Amino acid sequence: MTSRRRFAIAAAAGVLAAAMVPAAVQAQGVFKIGELNSYKSQPAFLEPYHRGWQMAIDEINAKGGVLGRKLEVVSRDDGGNPGDAVRVAEELVSREGVNVLAGTFLSHLGLAVSDFAKQKRVFFLAAEPLTDKITWQNGNRYTYRLRASTYMQVAMLVPYALEAKKKRWALVYPNFEYGQSAATWFKQMMKDKQPDIEFVTEQATPLGKVEAGPVVQALADAKVDGIFNVLFGPDLSRFVREGTTRGLFKGKTMVSLLSGEPEYLDPLKDEAPLGWIVTGYPWDKINTPEHKAFVAAYEKRYNDYPRLGSLVGYITMKSLAAGIAKAGGTDTEKLISAFADLKVDTPAGPVTYRAIDHQSTMGAWVGRIAVEKGKGTMTDIKYIDGASVQPSDAEVRKLRSGE
Amino acid sequence: MKPLLEVRNLRKAFGGVRAVDDVSFALAEGEFLALIGPNGAGKSTCFNMLNGQLAPDGGDILLGGKSILGLGPRQIWKRGVGRTFQVAAIWGSLTVCENVQIALLAHAGEVFRLWRPVAARYREEALALLGDVGMQAQAQRPARELAYGDVKRVELALALASRPRLLLMDEPTAGMAPRERNELISLARRLVRERGISVLFTEHSMDVVFAHAERIIVLARGRLIAQGDAATIQADPKVQETYFGSGRMLARRRA
Amino acid sequence: MNGLANASSLFFLSAGLSLIFGVSRVVNMAHGSLYMLGAYIAYTCASKLGGMLGFWGGLVATAAALALVGTLIEVLLLRRIYHVAELFQLLATFALVLLLSDVVAALWGVEDLLGPRAPGLRGSVEILGHNYPQYDLFLLFLGPVVLAGLHILLSRTRWGTLVRAATQDRDMVAALGVDQAKLFTAVFALGSALAGLGGALETPRQPANLGMDLSALGDAFVVVVVGGMGSIPGAYVAALLIAEIKAICIGLGTQHIAGVAFNFSKLTLVAEFIVMAIVLIARPYGLLGRAQGMPRHAAAMEDPLKPAGQALRLLALAVLVGLLAVPLLAEASPYTVVLATDVLIAVLFAASLHFIAGPGGMHSFGHAAYFGLGCYGAGLLLKLAGLPMAAAIAGAPLVAALAAALFGWFAVRLSGVYLAMLTLAFAQIVWAVVFQWETLTGGSNGVLGIWPPAPFNRAGIYYLLVLGLTVLGVLLMRRILFAPFGYAMRAGRDSPLRAEATGIAVLKVHWLAFIIAGSVCGLAGALFAFAKGGISPETIHVSRSIDGLVMVLLGGIHELAGPLVGAPVFTLLQDSVMRQTPYWRGVLGVVILVLVLVFPLGIAGTIAAWARRFAR
Repeated sequence: MTSRRRFAIAAAAGVLAAAMVPAAVQAQGVFKIGELNSYKSQPAFLEPYHRGWQMAIDEINAKGGVLGRKLEVVSRDDGGNPGDAVRVAEELVSREGVNVLAGTFLSHLGLAVSDFAKQKRVFFLAAEPLTDKITWQNGNRYTYRLRASTYMQVAMLVPYALEAKKKRWALVYPNFEYGQSAATWFKQMMKDKQPDIEFVTEQATPLGKVEAGPVVQALADAKVDGIFNVLFGPDLSRFVREGTTRGLFKGKTMVSLLSGEPEYLDPLKDEAPLGWIVTGYPWDKINTPEHKAFVAAYEKRYNDYPRLGSLVGYITMKSLAAGIAKAGGTDTEKLISAFADLKVDTPAGPVTYRAIDHQSTMGAWVGRIAVEKGKGTMTDIKYIDGASVQPSDAEVRKLRSGE
Repeated sequence: MKPLLEVRNLRKAFGGVRAVDDVSFALAEGEFLALIGPNGAGKSTCFNMLNGQLAPDGGDILLGGKSILGLGPRQIWKRGVGRTFQVAAIWGSLTVCENVQIALLAHAGEVFRLWRPVAARYREEALALLGDVGMQAQAQRPARELAYGDVKRVELALALASRPRLLLMDEPTAGMAPRERNELISLARRLVRERGISVLFTEHSMDVVFAHAERIIVLARGRLIAQGDAATIQADPKVQETYFGSGRMLARRRA
Repeated sequence: MNGLANASSLFFLSAGLSLIFGVSRVVNMAHGSLYMLGAYIAYTCASKLGGMLGFWGGLVATAAALALVGTLIEVLLLRRIYHVAELFQLLATFALVLLLSDVVAALWGVEDLLGPRAPGLRGSVEILGHNYPQYDLFLLFLGPVVLAGLHILLSRTRWGTLVRAATQDRDMVAALGVDQAKLFTAVFALGSALAGLGGALETPRQPANLGMDLSALGDAFVVVVVGGMGSIPGAYVAALLIAEIKAICIGLGTQHIAGVAFNFSKLTLVAEFIVMAIVLIARPYGLLGRAQGMPRHAAAMEDPLKPAGQALRLLALAVLVGLLAVPLLAEASPYTVVLATDVLIAVLFAASLHFIAGPGGMHSFGHAAYFGLGCYGAGLLLKLAGLPMAAAIAGAPLVAALAAALFGWFAVRLSGVYLAMLTLAFAQIVWAVVFQWETLTGGSNGVLGIWPPAPFNRAGIYYLLVLGLTVLGVLLMRRILFAPFGYAMRAGRDSPLRAEATGIAVLKVHWLAFIIAGSVCGLAGALFAFAKGGISPETIHVSRSIDGLVMVLLGGIHELAGPLVGAPVFTLLQDSVMRQTPYWRGVLGVVILVLVLVFPLGIAGTIAAWARRFAR
């Protein structure tokens, strides 16, 4: 069978399936979206996320929904491992009859669901996973991704790190793909621009089990001028407290990924490490009208301030609404086309889903950690648009050649 | 007659305590030999070395003229040594009959067969052996439900299943009522005589020893202090002194 | 020096577990959860009350509160199940892990909670040119102080003497007329209090968080096993050894050996398990442990095997026909087919574990290693070697069998919990290698795109393949169990001494059993890879090993049908509960607790017991 004919058959099957499923959906007068995430295993990030998308859905439906129909989200816990996640996705697709999937947090789950989407020919909007692979090496036409990737987050910080003009650097990162690739990108980008840079030591720590004392000691012994940190969550808290007590951060340029996100910054309270250059989400400092409205609505509804997860969840559903509106429904092929160069207005500003690699241009805020009113926050903040921290199109095509 | 088992200068110490200290004796083909001694005399240690469970510190053990030093329990079993334990051990989750069937299968070298079910294998032979020890009626019961005396009988059948040349019995009547003791030992004695098996056994009960053993060796504090037939041992002053303390027990027996 | 403070933390964490295990032989999976609970309670005291009283008083309050919780658990739950199937407490305490995790989340919320620094010990002191936190210094000294305290308690008091005696020989203590129930309760309370104290002492160093329970549990088990079960000084020595080795790995950082850069810090992912494997191979009872009395009721629980009777054969046939009909649902309810595929794979996985854990008496805590290796074997044979699916599925059991041959060779030389922990250590080492070997295994992300080719890409057809192979695997293992080899396995379990003296090469028999189980498990793994379209390190993760044990125990470890019942019940339960409620862990925990109390011999085991009683 030629590949073209195979494609034709597949397409025909796809059309057939698409023709059958919306019939069921139409009967109910709603657009169904299947959502799955590791609510139980990553609760700190995903509870705000859940609230965020719930708010978006309610807003959309209060205004009459999309194309005159309401959006209905069928949300599931993905069990925190790829095996269960694929089964849950299967359940959403085959039992609940959805052909739009959204969600996932951990990179390997995002990748597994993305591959599933490709296999079953359903649309998937990966909300949170950071791995570069989901849009590059393992990228497929069924998958779009919202949040700024590891590469983008590192690229946002590199200019600041270069500006510090420090020669001797150390790296500390959690020992799994996210940490490893962040470290690799940082080294590569820094070396490109500052060839005499030295990476004196690297600490790869087990996720969630950093031995803070010995790690801080080793970094202190390395006598470096700057440290690039990728630790997050409980690891970050341990590292910061130990490092502060031992005076590790004094006089050093500290560059740190994601540490400005409330999810990771808030537990540190007044011990948030001053002056660290971080990517994050200073929700209280963003003064655009769109964002202020978002914060006000969120605080009114939940009596709590938004975390980054809230924003990501919110934009996820807003994006899907925009995509469905543009596609005129949830037909997979039409949705894929609609998302190409889809522009969505979000509390973070306008975001575009790039046709070239299915990555959104949602950016992040870079700034320095400060403590105000006994709480960690960011100062000197600057929103870096995701479009400005991409490799050249030629490089992207090469990276995405696996498709 | 050439001895079947020969023990030469056997030694074993635990920490500083000499549990078995320079013990030598021999066991003739077809003999029914008792090894006695008070608690802690080194009987079990001695036994466990013969069986290959414990490695001696020194000395030698010859079976049929060949040293079995350094061999494990299974290799010694292969050379024709069967054994029963002080605390009788059979396989609780198997039926009585299956216990014996497995022993027969092991003897036939069929342990690693993965396919043919056990159910009918060597069943007749197993039942016959159980008949010999008077356990045929209980062949289908789970072994874990047996009374202790019956466990001892099944264990004897297990030991006989591999047609040993030498049978080691470690306190075969421990934990049994006096009447059962004599029954079991008479049974064992009859069965081994029929089969031409030699026996070395340790025993606590003097009644049993003096009634059944053809020859007796006496251990005390790890050393062999006397050997001979029942009368010799009873008359031995060393035995009276060290083993029986005041000798009251023997005096009573004589009276 | 940095290792010393961490050693103290590890010691507090594990001393209680060692005590509990030594005396009651309960494999307390909830120990990490108690530790986590301690951290949260201490956090609340320290941050709500504040100051000296809040923190230092909070430590005492936490220990007291956890002693109470421990007492409740022991009296209300464990006491009911001491005398049922071995390892059954594992199932009950596993349910507690699930339950406590949701209780903590409900009470304290999901955010990490970093406690205040310890009042009076906020700063650091300079030692040899390095800043050293005062609190770490305090911990460093507190470790030996607690060690000495426990030592005095155990060696100088009558109570302690009884505890030590119970560690050596439970039956003897019972024979002495000591009230065992009270002793067990007291020990469990003390162990829980120590766990809580351990958690509380960590609050100034790390935030209380919901991931603490499982990570602490793993550490605690390693320390206890390396030190020697029930040996408190052993636990301290082991904690010291592990903490120092990690500190050294971190201190070495990246080294260039023969021109190759090697980052030693990456070893910290698995250092403790390497230590454990080496220690167990060299010293089977841990550094300061002594040989334990064998659990004496192992064989007492089990009835002889009976060939399936008429009724059972008919039932099996009916189930098989029902299973064959499942693909007919593909149109109406495609998800049923997918779920049924998962259930079958779980059955094969659990049955292979049961093969060695039940009849073999080897409670492997690392069975996921063979599942995962089958998974990776199949995936990599397909992706890298370019083999077709059939060859990949055939090759996977070989890969798993090779690993089982290697690991089993060491494991069968141990017994009881030491065997369990060695298998766990091997599984963790495999996991760490797979997790870090980015270029071969895809690291933490795994390998994707392992979908079955036509016609197996249709769920119904693939399901039939899985059904066929599962039935084949299960029947094969059943056949083996009825053959001399299976009897020899059980003989070796019931009484290894008798088996050896009767000419059964117990080690060899159990080794081969291990390999058979490993390869069947590898087959399950291969089927899983193609069912999910990908492989990831989770397939080797300890939680999958635990799931397997839970399935076996839930069904009944002493029944051949146990895993065939337990695996579907657990999988379906998890699937349905997970869909219904965000608090699915807690609900699942409660359901398992109820099952534990209603079916103390496992579901199949208890039903079989009922049937026997009925027949009489």
